[in-house]
Amino acid sequence: MSSDSHHQEGFLRKYIFSIDHKIIGLQYGVTSLLFLLFGFSLMIIMRWQLAYPETVVPIIGFLFGEAGVMLPEQYNSLGAMHGTIMIFLGVVPLAVGAFGNYVVPLQIGAPDMAFPKLNAASYWSYFVGGVIMLASFFMPEGAARSGWTSYPPLSVFESGQTMWLIGMVFLITSSLLGSMNIITTIIQLRAPGLTWMRLPIFVWAQFVTSFLLVLAFPPLEAAAVLQLMDRIASTSFFMPSGLVYAGEPVDVSGYGSPLLWQHLFWFLAHPEVYVLILPAMGIVGEILANNTRKPIWGYKSIVYSIIFLGFCSFIVWAHHMFLTGMGQVMSTFFQTTTMIISIPSVIILTAYFMSLWGGSIRFNTPMLFALAFLPMFGIGGLTGLPLGLAASDIYLHDTYYVIGHFHYVVAPGTLFALFAGIYYWFPKITGRKMNESLGKLHFWPSFIFMNGIFMPMFIQGLAGVSRRLYDGGQMYAHASGVLEWNTFMSISAFCLGAAQIPFIINFFMSILVGEKVDKNPWESTTVEWSAPSPPIGHGNFDTEVVVHHEAYEYNVPGAKNDFTPQTEEP
Amino acid sequence: MEIPYIVDEREDTGLINSKLGIWIFLASEVMLFGGLFSAYIFLRMAAPPGDFAHWGSELNVPLATLNTLVLITSSVTMVMSWASLKLKDFDKYKIYMGLTLLCAAIFLVVKYFEYTAKFHHDIFPSSSTFMAIYFTLTGLHGLHIIGGMIVIIYFFLPFGNKMWHTAPEHFTNRVEAVGLYWHFVDLVWIFLFPVLYLL
Repeated sequence: MSSDSHHQEGFLRKYIFSIDHKIIGLQYGVTSLLFLLFGFSLMIIMRWQLAYPETVVPIIGFLFGEAGVMLPEQYNSLGAMHGTIMIFLGVVPLAVGAFGNYVVPLQIGAPDMAFPKLNAASYWSYFVGGVIMLASFFMPEGAARSGWTSYPPLSVFESGQTMWLIGMVFLITSSLLGSMNIITTIIQLRAPGLTWMRLPIFVWAQFVTSFLLVLAFPPLEAAAVLQLMDRIASTSFFMPSGLVYAGEPVDVSGYGSPLLWQHLFWFLAHPEVYVLILPAMGIVGEILANNTRKPIWGYKSIVYSIIFLGFCSFIVWAHHMFLTGMGQVMSTFFQTTTMIISIPSVIILTAYFMSLWGGSIRFNTPMLFALAFLPMFGIGGLTGLPLGLAASDIYLHDTYYVIGHFHYVVAPGTLFALFAGIYYWFPKITGRKMNESLGKLHFWPSFIFMNGIFMPMFIQGLAGVSRRLYDGGQMYAHASGVLEWNTFMSISAFCLGAAQIPFIINFFMSILVGEKVDKNPWESTTVEWSAPSPPIGHGNFDTEVVVHHEAYEYNVPGAKNDFTPQTEEP
Repeated sequence: MEIPYIVDEREDTGLINSKLGIWIFLASEVMLFGGLFSAYIFLRMAAPPGDFAHWGSELNVPLATLNTLVLITSSVTMVMSWASLKLKDFDKYKIYMGLTLLCAAIFLVVKYFEYTAKFHHDIFPSSSTFMAIYFTLTGLHGLHIIGGMIVIIYFFLPFGNKMWHTAPEHFTNRVEAVGLYWHFVDLVWIFLFPVLYLL
């Protein structure tokens, strides 16, 4: 124990400007959960508008146009900010910032991240980006309203976009610093004996995710700089010649291309999909192995699939652009790669299902969420196939079908896995278990209402209802047959909000009065469970960590328990 | 507990943390400038033939050649300053670090004259798409130079390099990391110069 663990640190140094990976992980976790709640609230307001258009928004009606009825541009703002906040301020910081920071060093037996100060810089950069995004709601221009994709030329004309771009630059910087740190930590700080093929799946997932962030985010930063130039220095990177806006010809220097933005944007945003899903797959892998009490099925094929997913995610981006007229050759290439990338996802999902076979499954709350992830992600993935094929995508593009598809991947998929992770690692973080009854009260309604929201979107989408109509499609005859689903989905959304109340109660109650637990309440094998709960301030572990076993040695014949911790002497 | 492999290399990877970290950072920088270079190619293909070359002829090639030489020199002095630390010659280190800083400053001053000459002739980023990408690329590169200068100044001044007296090897590793970044910024210019000025 070095001398620095003995001197007293002030409150600010210890909890606010901390450089301890555990505190930074918790900072990320708390901030991103608040952003998730905020992004969810934006969606609740949108769902009210879709179900009951042209009516006064209850309670907060004074925020909207005259007489409390929402204006179309306000709806657009809510949509753009819901997407931005959920992805860049909610799910990614929770999956990579919070879980990556807190769990990865523990799982590899490291005393901290490789660069503690950089870690703090990454959090504070994220924080500033978040404040800028929130502040944009209070600017005279209002928040961004060109969708989270910010397609030009619209985004260059529309107000509020400048703040969005500046906020994004901070968020991108944060992700870069954080993922550099995670990669270096995993390569350099693994405990003795922890070889690559002994790493837990979660660490592998974070490793590949971090590479995606490091390599895919910078082109979006470049694109954000170019769009800022378009807005501020009146250049025309994304503004085509002969552009007419609101009946007036626009003065541009010429030969710009809106397609360029779409290429640069989706070069990030498709790998971003895997940034959202890989950590979730990692968490689910941990929990499945632990609660089926048997080694995860096909560990190596899962690892290779994760790596292959990472590589492939860089060459599928233009399947978001089949409708842009980029040409048949391009479309064919990208639809082929899209079909190829579905293979590793299927391998991982199959391996997880096979892991259940013959296990003696414990149905605790983390396991329920992890189990729910499997079919939900399955639905999300399978409904993606028609979108990856150019012919069917031309019909389905920009309909509610797309919304249903990617929400199945991210909401009941990734978010359920993240909830599972919170329930699973809560005892490690606080030394207390979360309440099981409240956990189940959280899970079952969430599971039902999630499907209540997103399943009807497939029906509406197949009927051709566009995703961007602020009145939910009332002005279109072809939508009239499926309009009644709007009320159903909105009520499901409100109920989903109510279903999160047990979680919030459980979260705070368990911190104070939850059942106290020892080092290893789940009888798990991975290294983080040989640290004290909570892990000690500087250095995490109270004993020296040496790894002797593979990641998931459950029920090894001849072993003294049904689990063999990685750190157990042979 | 101290974080391992700050000074000593890890046996199986043969790396120290900072060197790995800076290389990953540089990989992300490659993608950043790669995105912008791709944008350049995309826009050049979209423009009528000769448009980019026409606007490119407005640029001052002799000044840019001078700047190229200045930056290459600064890369050399950067290596020399690191090598001096390896040879435990702290005074030489300070001289070479000062020379690097001087070269960086010369580069920025020359760039300043180039920019103002353009503005003087009413050439702005909004004048043409070539000028837009020219100002964006060189501007971003200039920001990287300024960022590098801030770090170099920190290691040049006494409160930054006092670490030499307590942990010389750790300090040498830090200078090496800055050096790697500096060579990268130099390399970006080596690409920018022909692409913008000569093609």
